[in-house]
Amino acid sequence: MAISASALPHAHAESHAHHDHEAELRREHLMLDPKPRGEMNAMVMESMTTTSWKFWVVAGILALIVAVALFGAWGYMISEGLYLSGKNRPGYWSLFLVHTVFWVGISHAGTFVSALLRVFKVEFRRPFTRAAELMTTFALAQAGIQIFAHMGRVWLAYWMFPIPNQRQLWVNFQSPLMWDFLAINTYLLASTMYLFLPLIPDLAMARDRSTGWRKSVYRILALGFRGTEAEWTHLRIALNIFAFAILPVMFSVHTIVSWDFAVAMRPGWSSTIFGPYFVIGALQSGVAAVGMVVIVIRYTMKHMDYFIRKEHFDAIGKLMLVISMGWAYFFFNDYMIQWYGGDSFTDALLHFHEAGPGGWIWFMMLITNVAIPWLVLWNRAWRRNPVILFSVGLLINVGMWAERYIIVPVSLQINRMPFLWGQDFRPGIEVPIFIGTVAFFILLYMLASRFLPLVPVWEVQEGQMAHSIRKYGKEPVVTVAELE
Amino acid sequence: MAILPKIPEYKAEWAEGEEGRWGIAIDMDLCTGCQACVAACSMENNVPFVGEHDAGYGRQMAWIRVERLWEGEYPEVRATPFQPVMCQQCGAAPCEAVCPVFATVHSQAEQINLQVYNRCVGTRYCANNCPYVARVFNWADYSNYPEPLANQFNPDVTVRRRGVMEKCTFCIQRIHKATDQAKAEGREVRDGEVQPACAQACPAEAIVFGRLDDPESRVSKLSKDKRSVKLLEDLGTQPRVTYLKGGYHGNLG
Repeated sequence: MAISASALPHAHAESHAHHDHEAELRREHLMLDPKPRGEMNAMVMESMTTTSWKFWVVAGILALIVAVALFGAWGYMISEGLYLSGKNRPGYWSLFLVHTVFWVGISHAGTFVSALLRVFKVEFRRPFTRAAELMTTFALAQAGIQIFAHMGRVWLAYWMFPIPNQRQLWVNFQSPLMWDFLAINTYLLASTMYLFLPLIPDLAMARDRSTGWRKSVYRILALGFRGTEAEWTHLRIALNIFAFAILPVMFSVHTIVSWDFAVAMRPGWSSTIFGPYFVIGALQSGVAAVGMVVIVIRYTMKHMDYFIRKEHFDAIGKLMLVISMGWAYFFFNDYMIQWYGGDSFTDALLHFHEAGPGGWIWFMMLITNVAIPWLVLWNRAWRRNPVILFSVGLLINVGMWAERYIIVPVSLQINRMPFLWGQDFRPGIEVPIFIGTVAFFILLYMLASRFLPLVPVWEVQEGQMAHSIRKYGKEPVVTVAELE
Repeated sequence: MAILPKIPEYKAEWAEGEEGRWGIAIDMDLCTGCQACVAACSMENNVPFVGEHDAGYGRQMAWIRVERLWEGEYPEVRATPFQPVMCQQCGAAPCEAVCPVFATVHSQAEQINLQVYNRCVGTRYCANNCPYVARVFNWADYSNYPEPLANQFNPDVTVRRRGVMEKCTFCIQRIHKATDQAKAEGREVRDGEVQPACAQACPAEAIVFGRLDDPESRVSKLSKDKRSVKLLEDLGTQPRVTYLKGGYHGNLG
């Protein structure tokens, strides 16, 4: 591909009569800025082992929040009863289900960024695929906590497992909750394996460069990887299979989560477009969360300014913009089909969404999910600004929370028995439990960053080997070699 | 090797329009809205007393409610007739299919929906999927009744702990008592021999209970009356409760 002759925008300020286009390219793109393998390995090892006292202060505060707000509040609720939460009739489901869908949605971007971009050989993915995959696993753990907190008798949760037992009782495979339970478990298993596979060469790298307890743990986890040709071939084949196989799993999981609602006989829920609408919503919140995580890693961890650059903010910002447009389309589609259906209860519900006591949440959802991304992310300079990109990511996540809030507790207020229509919904103990899961997610991520190489070094090195700059006359041209 | 018992079918698979065994007809032209059925039901079935605060927040647990709505714009406002609503014991019940652990099943003997309290894990999906909003949930341990009420538990009915769903059972304990008695005497249950608490307490005799598969029973005749309607029948739930409504009674509803 030819690089256009016009200079990159921020190069105009340079006073040199003739600027170095090649140096510009190397500064901009990680793939064109190679470092020796030993140096890069050492950088990643150092980013894992360099820990300041501030890290442990933050980790301690988060651990305290997890202990009190998550396990303390949840334990209190288990011993006292669900009346501590804000549920009533007709709002039988409320914030716990909102937060389950929220966390499952966040978990989607990890696989999306990693597997889809890997399948399409998108090169900018290389430094942050692992950061995204870790998000999947940790966010699914939070989703699990929320769904267990939702149950009336959580101590009997194992009755949902289809295991043969002397009670001669079985589970109901016709219940959408059962499909959901199986789908989320499948996704958790598959995404954990998909996280582990590309981790093996990096664990082997870490094993060879560490001592003490780290070395013994890495030795077990690296499964004796030595880097022979046969091992690399097997790893590549396995990764290819997994990347293709996990994509339909990812799309099916959130479709099945949406069936919890779409299969029910309720106005506002019984909508055939819910499957893709939920998937695009999951990507919307998840890619925004990837952007936030990548920015935090870039500015808090040592040497990360080499691996994660403005080009990555730019690429994630573009993804956020495109997905926001997709979300707007499916939102419109869902709304229009329900309105066009003409069911009087659905009409009452749509009116309640916009003009009920929670109407401001409905408008806030549209502003943060559509208006703000569209107004901000078209601009290259704003996409590359970490503060702006982080804020847009945060707002999109607020908006996606609002979307699930409208689908679960707000929509439950309107049913087919107007005598029992509700207006009154107060959040209760769900709030500290949600704050606890957020803290738990961040804490798990922080601890993992001390132990797992957050940057897939071998993938970066592989990409850098494939890229090179050649000269046509004075013009530098980027070339990419096909690796497989 | 022990012979495994047949796992009961959770779903009623009879044809559209075929009548079930037990049913109720409620004459809305007779109902005075006195709430005696609500009180009697709560006494009979050990329905928890949730207190003023929780009741105000929509957690009251009565298995039957007397609905009344206002229709029209002021000043042409009129009240709809009183409408007692309990579980409609649907033939094709939406609640049954969605329970992940088979805690709500269809009984083959009585052809009604059962709630198995011991099996319930409290996902509350059944309640969301019930178009009649007939189900109530034990949000807390409501079994600590205020003092005089604690002395009136019905020994024929269990008490429920927190975290489980419950709903109207058509007073299945009374059905069993009457069928056992009839069986001992070698006869069928006579029409009017079984009465659920709501029908027994109704001073206007607006609630009639009986066998729908007996064409001579009162409830069968009433449910074929030209005034009869069923709630949300277009959903295909095949409810077992019939409402009789002749028209408005002026401004009084």
